[in-house]
Amino acid sequence: MSLDNFLMMRHELVLTLAFLIILVAEVFTGEKKKEKFRGFAVVLFAVVTAIGMLPAPEGTLFGGMYQAGRTTTLMKNILNIGTLIVLIQSFTWLGRPENRDRIHEYFMLLISTLLGMYFMISAGHFLMFYIGIELATIPLAALAAFERYKNRSAEAGIKLILSSSLSSGILLYGLSMIYGTVGSLYFADIAARPSTAALTILGFIFFFSGMGFKMSLVPFHLWTADVYEGAPVSIAAYLSVISKGAAAFIFIIILYNVFPVIIDTWQKVIWVIAVMTITIGNLFALRQKNMKRFLAFSSIAQAGFFLLGFIGGSKLGMTTVIYYALIYIFTNLAAFGIVSIIAEKTGKESMDDYDGLYRTNPKLSLTMMLAMFSLAGIPPVAGFFGKFFLFAAAAEKGFYVLVAIAVLNTIVALYYYLLVVKAMFINKSENPITYFKSDFMSKLGLAICIAGIVVTGFASGLFEMIRNLSYGI
Amino acid sequence: MNILSCLVIIPLLTITGILLVKDARQARVVSAIGMGIQLITAFIIVFMYLSERKAGNTDQMLLMSSYEWFRSLNIYYTVGVDGISVAMIALTSIVVSAGVFASWEMEDLKKEFFISLMLLATGVFGFFISLDLFTMFLFYELAVIPMYILIGIWGSGPKEYAAMKLTLMLMGGSALLMIGLFGIYFNSAPDGGELTFNIIEISKITIPIQAQRWFFPLTFVGFGVLGALFPLHTWSPDGHSSAPTAVSMLHAGVLMKLGGYGCFRVAMFLMPEAANEMAWIFIILTTISVVYGAFGAIVQKDLKYINAYSSVSHCGLVLFAILMMNRTAMTGAVIQMVSHGLMTALFFALIGMIYGRTHTRIISEMGGLMKVIPFLGVAYVIAGLASLGLPGLSGFVAEMNIFFGSFEHPDTFHRVATIIAITSIVITAVYILRVIAILLLGPVRDPHYSEFNDARWYEKLSILALLTGIVYIGMIPSGLSGIIRDSIMPIVEKLM
Repeated sequence: MSLDNFLMMRHELVLTLAFLIILVAEVFTGEKKKEKFRGFAVVLFAVVTAIGMLPAPEGTLFGGMYQAGRTTTLMKNILNIGTLIVLIQSFTWLGRPENRDRIHEYFMLLISTLLGMYFMISAGHFLMFYIGIELATIPLAALAAFERYKNRSAEAGIKLILSSSLSSGILLYGLSMIYGTVGSLYFADIAARPSTAALTILGFIFFFSGMGFKMSLVPFHLWTADVYEGAPVSIAAYLSVISKGAAAFIFIIILYNVFPVIIDTWQKVIWVIAVMTITIGNLFALRQKNMKRFLAFSSIAQAGFFLLGFIGGSKLGMTTVIYYALIYIFTNLAAFGIVSIIAEKTGKESMDDYDGLYRTNPKLSLTMMLAMFSLAGIPPVAGFFGKFFLFAAAAEKGFYVLVAIAVLNTIVALYYYLLVVKAMFINKSENPITYFKSDFMSKLGLAICIAGIVVTGFASGLFEMIRNLSYGI
Repeated sequence: MNILSCLVIIPLLTITGILLVKDARQARVVSAIGMGIQLITAFIIVFMYLSERKAGNTDQMLLMSSYEWFRSLNIYYTVGVDGISVAMIALTSIVVSAGVFASWEMEDLKKEFFISLMLLATGVFGFFISLDLFTMFLFYELAVIPMYILIGIWGSGPKEYAAMKLTLMLMGGSALLMIGLFGIYFNSAPDGGELTFNIIEISKITIPIQAQRWFFPLTFVGFGVLGALFPLHTWSPDGHSSAPTAVSMLHAGVLMKLGGYGCFRVAMFLMPEAANEMAWIFIILTTISVVYGAFGAIVQKDLKYINAYSSVSHCGLVLFAILMMNRTAMTGAVIQMVSHGLMTALFFALIGMIYGRTHTRIISEMGGLMKVIPFLGVAYVIAGLASLGLPGLSGFVAEMNIFFGSFEHPDTFHRVATIIAITSIVITAVYILRVIAILLLGPVRDPHYSEFNDARWYEKLSILALLTGIVYIGMIPSGLSGIIRDSIMPIVEKLM
């Protein structure tokens, strides 16, 4: 292997290196220094993120098992940025006495899930893809159960692992059918030997439901709310943006590269699933009082919006999916960040507890409002641009009815996002959350998110860059 | 830098200024200064526009400038004005300045109030100068959303309900609008070529008629919600009556005009064939708006509700007039927009001031106010007379043009619609005179009234600014119609 081959895989290699450094460092950190280790790990990951941004060659490795292209590099970089924010946000929570002994574990598990996602995105073969998806999921279950002294957290872990193994089984079954009709699991082979046999389509449907689980699309969403509620906030945030974003990325790559022949079939499937996901996610979100459950259902609905970018199979579609994923990372992490800070300081997670928050903690409330408006797609924040372009991508191919259903759903969504704004700004409370000062890392995490929410929309250069790296069928 | 962009930048600078001042009370001073500069800028623009026209420039849009934004989607930040937008800009700057003075004595969270108000102003100004449908839509939503905060926090009565209803209905309208805009965009290059959001570019081509049939009603209704199109007007009475004074002024005075303006600038101008086909449906709806709004106002007891319903009626008249698609009626529509903007802002300002003194808005609980607060009383009478169309005030000029124009159509349908709509003038007279009689005339209802102060300096400033406009348009209508005259023709010609 020449240097180029290493450089192609640099995302994975650097991340593995970071994993090993943390593993070794654990042995050498004394009891007292454990708390300081957090800072080291975050800085280490920041370095990993920065290295990922450097230019690198493109190509395929291992006989086509692994593909490195400029699009996948971009996707990995976006995931890196999101993960960095999650790590920064979990800083305070990790400092708790009960977590102090397991700081290394947290970082190692998180890094291995990310590694899984990298392999998933870079896969050129369904086997590699499957290994990636498993590597991404199993450590996540351990992370969801990280607060094992809490029943709910343990429950979240077991729910995640059980339902994900079921969905993996279905996915594998689907892959075996595809193998049966095409005779190969290489993406290139499947695309080159187009088959519209019923068995291929059945295989695709099984594959789809496996992906639907990862993206928490209705009707594969049932684990979402319970897991988000039970898991630590930072893990819920990670699940809702990074895990979902990675699944969306690989899904669109596979749809475009592997299944362009049966586009008529998957457009119909996506149409139905998108409508169901958006509508049901919204309807359930309406009545949630727990902020984590609320964000869980809102993220289900948001996953449905992603599908609007998929359906056209166009270059604009892929552009908007990546663009919206980036916006969604900043936006949702801002929302989860606030929930996390408040839960950390006061232990309150209910929407009613947020009553009158603006009078006591104006900056937090404003950030939350920004995040809610961005999720709802209100200008001038980034969510507006993301949604507008996503819908445009669906309208471009004539899916006007789908766009109509989606925009009407944004009104329903606006209602419940405004409920949060109403609680903070309009409602009065007998005993509001008292004023508190956040520590530096929490502020840093939120500041990055705010900058992202405000800038990503206006920055047309970013959109153009993503567009240049995207492709259509 | 283009002078039009200043209209968007000045409110944003004002927001920065408000954030920087330490004392919350200074927020109002900063806003007043900012909006003063805005007012001057607006009149400079009017002047520049007129001198350019005089110099013989016959382009449809003047003072244009354009910056590339999203290159691959052909989205530009394009600004430019014609006479109609210039008139709307002047109206907006007068109403916003008056609104700042009308909320001089804001109690709670002053900084936040003025920031939201400025944000709203940014949206409105941005909307009127935009020539690109994308930026236009962006500013449109930007103008709507601060309303939620403004009504929700500083409103009165069932404010949370009203704020939510208003926001959701208006955003529902903008959802329809969004589909309409996609339809226009993806049909903007029927012979191949590059898709565009630019209004001027799109007006040069013909969108396929099948597409127009779908997207014209969506766009028209989308804007129509904000223009209080029956039966989607129900947000208006609740919203206006719960909103704080300055917000009611801005909303009824300016924001509802976004609806009418969008209807003809986007829906009708870009899709004229479908507009001609479907006008009859909307003429029926707007006729209902006009008469229903007026009847609605008669039975109300709350001053703000009366005025809110009267706004439904008058804004219905704007939509009614633009659907007549001839020059006279269109001119009337624009004059009506300006006239109603000034008049209704004045009404809401006065109602706010009266409420600040009597602490009630129910007309039957008040009486004889003319004797204790004559300045406010006289202003109320003048606003009322303008509203019922007394010659010499702005309402007369607008309504004359509208009804002359609509009667120009020789067919029975248009004439019957006109006759029905005209009856609203009589009904308007009933509710205006009834309020004046109960509220202002008669014996002084309560001995405490004698302690009332008449208008303070900032209140007078606010009232006089609006009154000047009303009287100016009424006495010298050629001033306003001179500005808009040349700009009506391109639109009417497309519709003929």
